[in-house]
Amino acid sequence: MKISATKAIMECLLEQDVDTVFGYPGGTILNLYDELYRYRGRIRHVLTAHEQGAAHAADGYARSTGKVGVCFATSGPGATNLTTGIATAHLDSSPVVFITCNVGENLLGRDAFQEVDSTGIVMPITKAAFLVRSAQQIPDVMRQAFAVAANGRPGPVLIDFLKNVTAPQEMVDYEFIPWRENRHCAGVRELNASCLVEKPKADPQDIDILLKMIAEAKQPMVICGGGVVRGRAHQEFRVFAEKLDAPVAITLMGGGGFPGDHPLTTGMIGMHGSRASNVACSQCDLLIAVGCRFSDRVALDPKTFAKQAKIVQIDIDRAEIDKNVLTDHHIIGSAKRVLDSLNQRMPQYDHGTWKARILPLRAPSVAEDSPVLTPQQIMEGIRLIAPEDTIVATDVGQHQMWAAKYLHYTYPGQLLTSGGFGTMGFGLGAAIGAQMGNPDKRVIHITGDGCFRMNCHELCTVEHYHLPIITVIFNNGTLGMVRQWQNLIYEKRFSETTLDRGPDFVKLAEAYGLHGYRARTRAEAEEALRQAFACGTGAVIDCVLDIDEMVRPMVAPGSPITDFLLSERRDDT
Amino acid sequence: MKKEFNMERKLYTLCILVDDTPGVLSQVARLFSRNGYNIESIVSGATDRPGITRISIEILGDELMIDQIAAQCRKLLPVKSVKILDEESCIRREIALIKVSAQDRNTRDEIIQLVNIFRAQVIDISHSSLTIWVFGSHSKNSALIGMLEDFGILEIAKTGTIAIERGRSTIYDNSKLQDEYNYGKHVL
Repeated sequence: MKISATKAIMECLLEQDVDTVFGYPGGTILNLYDELYRYRGRIRHVLTAHEQGAAHAADGYARSTGKVGVCFATSGPGATNLTTGIATAHLDSSPVVFITCNVGENLLGRDAFQEVDSTGIVMPITKAAFLVRSAQQIPDVMRQAFAVAANGRPGPVLIDFLKNVTAPQEMVDYEFIPWRENRHCAGVRELNASCLVEKPKADPQDIDILLKMIAEAKQPMVICGGGVVRGRAHQEFRVFAEKLDAPVAITLMGGGGFPGDHPLTTGMIGMHGSRASNVACSQCDLLIAVGCRFSDRVALDPKTFAKQAKIVQIDIDRAEIDKNVLTDHHIIGSAKRVLDSLNQRMPQYDHGTWKARILPLRAPSVAEDSPVLTPQQIMEGIRLIAPEDTIVATDVGQHQMWAAKYLHYTYPGQLLTSGGFGTMGFGLGAAIGAQMGNPDKRVIHITGDGCFRMNCHELCTVEHYHLPIITVIFNNGTLGMVRQWQNLIYEKRFSETTLDRGPDFVKLAEAYGLHGYRARTRAEAEEALRQAFACGTGAVIDCVLDIDEMVRPMVAPGSPITDFLLSERRDDT
Repeated sequence: MKKEFNMERKLYTLCILVDDTPGVLSQVARLFSRNGYNIESIVSGATDRPGITRISIEILGDELMIDQIAAQCRKLLPVKSVKILDEESCIRREIALIKVSAQDRNTRDEIIQLVNIFRAQVIDISHSSLTIWVFGSHSKNSALIGMLEDFGILEIAKTGTIAIERGRSTIYDNSKLQDEYNYGKHVL
């Protein structure tokens, strides 16, 4: 059947069960938006205030639902505004298909108005980037793009259509094939053939070796990384950890992969890792990392990291093995499949003595009383008032660490945070995407005053689409994490980190037609949270904190993991 | 057991099989510039299989560095296979075209003698110049070029080094390593 090129693009989206796209229109992508107008009953378009917000929203949608996110933008500045969002998705392996249009073939390479080499710019931050020069390629490229984004190690993909390809007179041979069946299409088959996995199950010999290592270990430890979350392997991971009966440290990206309040959890590991996690890491004799790439925020000093342990890495991406930390053994495959194979053959262990040494090191997680509001008090308020399955989107910095430490996550996609790229301004966009993808859940956006300023214009999106997202600002009037480093490492030279300026966030919320609250004490924070959750619209709670609040504990960058620069509790030395 | 790396710096050749898609050469080359590594030579050419291109990159480095860069290459979607070759494991060859100044018959004769010693060939001649074609290892070609410098070299065009593994094994051979990389990029 012959249909128009733009219609084929829309149909290809429907093939993939796409019902929501995020984006921002412009000159070169007009043809696509014109078609979208005709499809508005079937594909919902969410218009953000800025392309970066749209990119983060598509990313947040993907992370929270496990589906592929879709984002539209025009050429030139539209495409470059996406790049921060693309890089964020790339570093955290989030499956998003970005669709941009470029100038027509006749103008390509002539520095035309709003022209930029989009596929060239995103090359280092995508799994694949396609430049579509003829309408006939559309079905193949669309199917390939979604297959690449969602499979293997997930990641962002960019499709750049030349404007003439989307012209109304361009016709394409097209047949609707649902995504479950379209692996038989020529384009996808071609990709398949080139990197065919002969046996999708993990190598049984590799499994044997690990089972033997586990049997020999006296003090094993497990790290739950982002791969458990992306692979939705939380159930398999939990069975594995319980059978192994070993302490479990959770990385920032692993939040939601293993219940934060589970008796085996030792909390985060690394720079702001708990004492229990970091000590366990330095004393264990077998360290099994699942879907964790030992970033410099986890393995601050690769040479001393888990020095006494045999290190085993389970990952889907072979390039992560021996990249940051040298390992003794690895198993390649999806976390779900590998853990399932292990669980089937692993007996129940009892590591009571080892656990008795490590687990008591965990700090009691009860907020101290204080006349001024503390971060932990706010988090306790959230735990008390927000429904248990509330999705939490964060920005980057101190509040992000507090959100990871003091809130417990129980399922993949519950914590949305920019771990790898550390993108300030990620949270509000991600929260919008998450709320669109999960209309039955509550979404809370935890941010700092610095991060919030970066993308707070997306409040208009929150208001327009009637999203009941609650933004909680941890407002300490400074770039808290940078100040913390200045405090501890730069001899208190607070260079350009003090944010003694507007706007008044309560008034800002009101200006956008949302509810605004300010809290200075624990009681005020709890009351504001109650009202915000009940008000039915989006809300902003400005929580005023002391400027010198710090994230505890802390290990200096590049140091051995147990050399704490700051202790876990204020009263310890 | 943790892998141990030979930290001695030497010349490695990475042979990379890629799908012949637009931008693939820059995708591969980018990995080297990203890490701040200097490429000694790079050659891209067709293979016996349609749609598959072979890129040969010569780079000076230690084993850890080469291993890392090969891992990043193998991870790219269009990359089919990567072989890390060093001096002991492979045969390396390059071609050079050298234009030398030769104003009189004596000079020409002298140059032709040299060319014969090196089993090179004269492929073009004029009243004032000779163009020589030489095929061989980098050291042989450098030696000839060194000798020709006395006569005045006008221009040199070199191919860069291509390499192939010694013995029966080929870059197409299936390996567990290749399978492992495919997990990260499969599209099922």
